[in-house]
Amino acid sequence: MTAEKLLMRNFDRADSHTLEAYRATGGYTAWPKAQALDPAAIVEEIKQSNLRGLGGAGFPTGTKWSFIPKNHAGPVYLVINADEGEPGTFKDRYLLERDPHALIEGMLVAARAIRSARGFVYIRGEYVEPWRRFAAAVREAYDAGYLGRGFDVVVHRGAGAYICGEETGLIASLEGKKGWPKLKPPFPAIKGAFGAPTIVNNVETICHVPHIINRGAAWFAALGTKTQGGTRMYSVSGRVKRPGVYEASVAITLRQLIYDLAGGVTGNGRLKAVVPGGSSAAILRADEIDVTLDVDGLRNAGTMAGSAGVIVMDETVSIPEALMVVARFYAHESCGQCTPCRESTGWIYKMCHRIVEGRGTKDDLDKILDVARRGAGTTICAFYDGAVGPYISYIEKFRSEFEALIPT
Amino acid sequence: MPKLTINGREVEVPAGTNLIEAARALGVEVPHYCYHPGLSIAGQCRLCMVDIEKTPRPTIACNTLAADGMVVLTETERVKETRRSIMEFHLINHPLDCPVCDQAGECWLQIYYMRHGLYDPRMTDEKVHKPKAVPLGPHVILDAERCILCSRCVRFCDEVTGTGELGIFHRGDQSEIGLFPGQELANKYSANVVDICPVGALTERDFRFAVRVWYLDVTKSVCPGCARGCNVEVHVNRRRPHHNEGRRVARLKPRFNADVNKWWICDAGRYGFKAVDDKTRLREPFRREAGTVTDASWDEAIAAVAGALERYAPDEVGVLASPRMANEDLFALRRVLERRGIRRVAFRVPPAVDGDQDEILIRADKNPNARGAELLGLDGDAAALLAAARARQVKCLWIFDHDLLASAWPEALVLGALGAVETLVWVGANANATSERAHWVLPAAAWVEREGTYTNFEGRVQRLRQAVEPLGQALPEWEILGRVLEALGAGARPPRAERWFRELAAATPAFAGLSYQAIGDGGQMVRA
Repeated sequence: MTAEKLLMRNFDRADSHTLEAYRATGGYTAWPKAQALDPAAIVEEIKQSNLRGLGGAGFPTGTKWSFIPKNHAGPVYLVINADEGEPGTFKDRYLLERDPHALIEGMLVAARAIRSARGFVYIRGEYVEPWRRFAAAVREAYDAGYLGRGFDVVVHRGAGAYICGEETGLIASLEGKKGWPKLKPPFPAIKGAFGAPTIVNNVETICHVPHIINRGAAWFAALGTKTQGGTRMYSVSGRVKRPGVYEASVAITLRQLIYDLAGGVTGNGRLKAVVPGGSSAAILRADEIDVTLDVDGLRNAGTMAGSAGVIVMDETVSIPEALMVVARFYAHESCGQCTPCRESTGWIYKMCHRIVEGRGTKDDLDKILDVARRGAGTTICAFYDGAVGPYISYIEKFRSEFEALIPT
Repeated sequence: MPKLTINGREVEVPAGTNLIEAARALGVEVPHYCYHPGLSIAGQCRLCMVDIEKTPRPTIACNTLAADGMVVLTETERVKETRRSIMEFHLINHPLDCPVCDQAGECWLQIYYMRHGLYDPRMTDEKVHKPKAVPLGPHVILDAERCILCSRCVRFCDEVTGTGELGIFHRGDQSEIGLFPGQELANKYSANVVDICPVGALTERDFRFAVRVWYLDVTKSVCPGCARGCNVEVHVNRRRPHHNEGRRVARLKPRFNADVNKWWICDAGRYGFKAVDDKTRLREPFRREAGTVTDASWDEAIAAVAGALERYAPDEVGVLASPRMANEDLFALRRVLERRGIRRVAFRVPPAVDGDQDEILIRADKNPNARGAELLGLDGDAAALLAAARARQVKCLWIFDHDLLASAWPEALVLGALGAVETLVWVGANANATSERAHWVLPAAAWVEREGTYTNFEGRVQRLRQAVEPLGQALPEWEILGRVLEALGAGARPPRAERWFRELAAATPAFAGLSYQAIGDGGQMVRA
């Protein structure tokens, strides 16, 4: 179940972030192999591995890479999304701090696959230590000759906006503009950063790539489910005995993660609800946790794997208060570009706040549900749909708790 | 050219046409706020949703290009419901202060709420509060609470003027339009943001609280502010004469002309109408003898001018025409000159300061009809004319509109010339230092008070139309000149500007084949 650790295999070493430690544990052995492969062969290998994006959307990575126009003449960019901002998620931080060379090696391979000569790593502004560690690793990689010979890496720090973790918001921010998601089409693979074809991948996704090259797509695919290969890092927080980051197969269940890996529920010890994939994922009740944590497993359960930020709530947690906190987050982080999101995230927060304060009215719950449904699917990016997940699921699954707060 | 079906009707549009424009070609309106044909696609108001066959949910029309075989439906229940939702989102934080908002009556929140909204309001929480009545520059004032953040104004300053004064600051429902630090919205086209603002967020400081827009009458015309000839609408307040401090012209708005000014006009042109209702306006003909002003009738004035033209030898008469006169006026003047054999004629008086010019609209030549005056053969040596007057070779000087004392010519030379002539006739709409010295002053109708045509610097002949009655007894120059011609025994004068233009077109090769009908709203080029 817990299988072998790939991403976190070196985390126990105090010097795991150094080039020396990375090399000593088999690092930079995939890159020479990839150099012997055709770019198309690398893309095919990644497709076969069933690696899916681990930043939130779960899109098949190899397929994404194949969208780069074949005979493009100008530059192609590889952008790494290290803007980890999804509430409940803190895995990329560990990777940047403790195994930065895995990301660099993964980038080298990915860049070869998409024929990119320049990569950008967009690091969340608040991630100071991860940035220091990663920037130091980049310098080591230049000194060692991994970088600077056909592939360069630019490290860019964000300035503190959740929306800059959205693929095209990130690109806009990287370009020096306000972090507003861009209209699609054109898609980034056709016209992305600075107008060039661009692939944006999450840190963890790219850290998997050297392992796939080293050990083969079939091996990686076999670690997971039929439609998603490998392991992933689960960020477990909330009312559990051992909160933290756990690497395990994408095929484990939520119950196994909470009880076997994270040591079970604290608080009053009785599980009430779990958010399985970061704050944008729909909430699950205690009786809904026998579900595998792969992209399709959670989709079939009506929620999403997202960034695998698992937030555990015991029975003492107030769901209306939890929704108010989540709603405040989305109201604060909406970029304000699209009308439905800009206007209704604030409105819904106000309604949630009023309910928690005991000033709700009997129409409020249906109003929130209706407003959320009307706005869903009408915006440029997925931010609002991410907010709608909690709005609707918290109320639908725990309606009586909300109603109890509304004066009759 | 893709051929597509919109609401069951087929339409073929040029490649690259979006669905809003494709629908427009069929007369189908897709409501929208952020889309503007003169700006880049923003796609953020989310109002222009339409259904496209084989697409799971409504799609924004502004960012979707027409494609061959595409089947588009703009009025499905789903689309209508989406519009209602988007309208509600646009309005939940709007202050709904229409009774005190200048935009009321031409506000797209009002229009679309009535056409596409009509939901029952259900926002009961405190609205977001933002800055109000913030001056952004000399002409524009912002009410951030009314703003729907469509970003048209930001894109205008980024893409059309390239000045980039405006941005959208903060996030979410705290977002607001504002100036970048140290900036002022003072570019030469700043007030265009008011025109493209679909709501009452950006209003004109000049027009603020002046008159309700539904009292305004609209006349299509051409800006006389420079040689570009931007197409404008003259908005006139006739129905509430006690509003707007008695000024009849309330404002100018740009009128789209793809070949001249697109959707825009400059601020100088927009606010150049003030002279029309200015206290310098001349209302009656008068004569000035030994410093004493005596009112005269038109008959007396015309008789005096005609008499002078006959009294002096043709070589003793000099005429300084104006590039601010319309083609019809200039043609009538030419007829007068021909009748008397007068040769001393010119129209170019050098301005005291060179006019500004840019790559957008503004032309250095601040006259609307220099090209027309050239084509009508009135181009002579104005300085030589002045010198001849000073030398007392010219005894009768007839000046249209110019203020020679505000020109680049040295004051002493001008005063010397004006003082030397025996008879100084001046025709124009607004008194100036030169008219103060004239023996006969004949009041002309201002550009909004008359019909006529200007020929812009590219050779485009465009119509100005009468929006208001001439003040007092003022007459269009073509009428004044027609009366002079009659007094000179030339027979019945053409009774209307259009008839003058017909004669002009028949007699002038460059204008051959042109007529008011052919010129229409968009103008016509003269023959090369």
